[in-house]
Amino acid sequence: MVKRVVFSGSGGQGVITASIILAEAAVIYDDLNAVQTQSYGPEARGGATRADVIISREPIHYPKVLNPHVLVCLTQEAYGKFSGIIRPGGLLLTDSKFVKVERKVDARQVELEMYGAVMAEIGNAIVFNVCMLGALIGLTDLVRPNSALEMVKSKINPDFLEMNEKAFGIGMRLADSHK
Amino acid sequence: MKTNIKFIQGNEVFAKAALYAGVQFYAGYPITPSTEIAEILSEVLPKRGGKFIQMEDEIASICAIIGASLTGLKAMTATSGPGFSLMQEAIGYAVMTEVPLVVVNVQRGGPSTGMPTSVAQGDVMQARWGTQGDHSIITLTASNLREAFNMTVEAFNLAETFRTPVILLFDEVLAHMREKIIIPGPGEIEVVKRLRTSVPKGTNYHPYLTREDGRLPMSDFGGVHRYNVTGLVHDMWGFPSTDPKVAYDLLHHLVDKLENHAELLARYKKYYTEDAEILLVSYGSSTRSALHMIEARRKRGLKIGLLELQTLWPFPRQTVRRECDGRSHVLVVEMNMGQICQEVKKAVSEPDKVFLANRIDGIFISPVDILRALNMIQGKGV
Repeated sequence: MVKRVVFSGSGGQGVITASIILAEAAVIYDDLNAVQTQSYGPEARGGATRADVIISREPIHYPKVLNPHVLVCLTQEAYGKFSGIIRPGGLLLTDSKFVKVERKVDARQVELEMYGAVMAEIGNAIVFNVCMLGALIGLTDLVRPNSALEMVKSKINPDFLEMNEKAFGIGMRLADSHK
Repeated sequence: MKTNIKFIQGNEVFAKAALYAGVQFYAGYPITPSTEIAEILSEVLPKRGGKFIQMEDEIASICAIIGASLTGLKAMTATSGPGFSLMQEAIGYAVMTEVPLVVVNVQRGGPSTGMPTSVAQGDVMQARWGTQGDHSIITLTASNLREAFNMTVEAFNLAETFRTPVILLFDEVLAHMREKIIIPGPGEIEVVKRLRTSVPKGTNYHPYLTREDGRLPMSDFGGVHRYNVTGLVHDMWGFPSTDPKVAYDLLHHLVDKLENHAELLARYKKYYTEDAEILLVSYGSSTRSALHMIEARRKRGLKIGLLELQTLWPFPRQTVRRECDGRSHVLVVEMNMGQICQEVKKAVSEPDKVFLANRIDGIFISPVDILRALNMIQGKGV
């Protein structure tokens, strides 16, 4: 079992944090191997930000992702840049506020109103990434939901814990409606 | 949940390993892609009774750690290509004065300021010959974070054992990548302590008089013994000399103390080499792509193996010759224009069978890049 995931968006959306939480949850709580890398430099400034995660039972050598099983795009630019690399039959998750999808890729395309739901129910965009992570884990079996939630808890300032738990739950709920 | 299982970045691993090895003094000037090493040690080192100084530049940084090491502390710095260039003069001084220290160079695209956030392995020759004059030096590297931990501790150990600067030549991919690592417990890896002189106070201490086993016990500078330290050719007292015999013996000592132990210092790993007709030779993060490609091709019956070099300098010529001779092809995988490939060609019996698979454009070399190079040399086209 090898799962390759690419998170993409723009700086400040928290895609890199989300990628680390996912990969670390796989290692610490689900006893799997994982590798996380991210693109730095001009790509990471203002333009498209990208983080790659590989999760596997076996040792992982090559640490980058060429054809992801799962691709998350949180901006139109990231969608335009990366949608073509998805592995045929993979899962493409987008937020309907930020991305207008063109049904061109051979993948299961899931558009969720994650940003809208976070703003309506919590009113703070800072937890958008955790909502996205909740949705992603609801749609896949990358890690156990509890593992990801525990990792969120261990990483987040206790003052913001409730907000993050709620955001994770919203993501799971949105994913459920798509199963 | 075991607490010693971590999911952390390479730079954090290098910092943790330096602390494990007993680093007490860090002076540096932050530079991408090594910055996190300084960031972490600036926080942790003072809490452990150590010293962290952010210097005005890399020249001052390495000079500060030379001074600290002479006074008896385990000392290190970390940088990348541009800073490593600035350090070359003082690295030569540390070689000449035989001061143990560890310099981490997280390689990025070069020359000059190059590509700060891109991966490269272009500083291999600079690590060996960046400072002038005949000398030898130890350079270690690794391809995964656990081995990077081991090599970092090893670097401190070898620096003390051989009284030499040791270069840890990592790269951007290894430094920024996060992966699972089980942090070794106390005592799991040997940590070498400084060998101090048993010469008592009030008795003459010769700082550069080797013992029978070739080692040079140190005396903390500014402590109980008075002695001289100079970059000039010096006698056993540490005072300048132009005596041809003194010069001849000193140069031989500096070179021989490492080159005569090249095989003892050779750290390497072999993967699938027993029946391999084709042998890849790689080091650092490139090894990961080589291994990925090998495991995929093995499934299709290709007899292909890998020699991973962890010691780059002194170059493990005998090991490389032994492992490469008799193979149909040897393919060196690295992210420069053939710096180790040329060394492999010099080491083997049939240099015409040695080829290069490389990438120099800031993109991390992929398994496909290596396969393409292999197909070319086998006449299969691209």
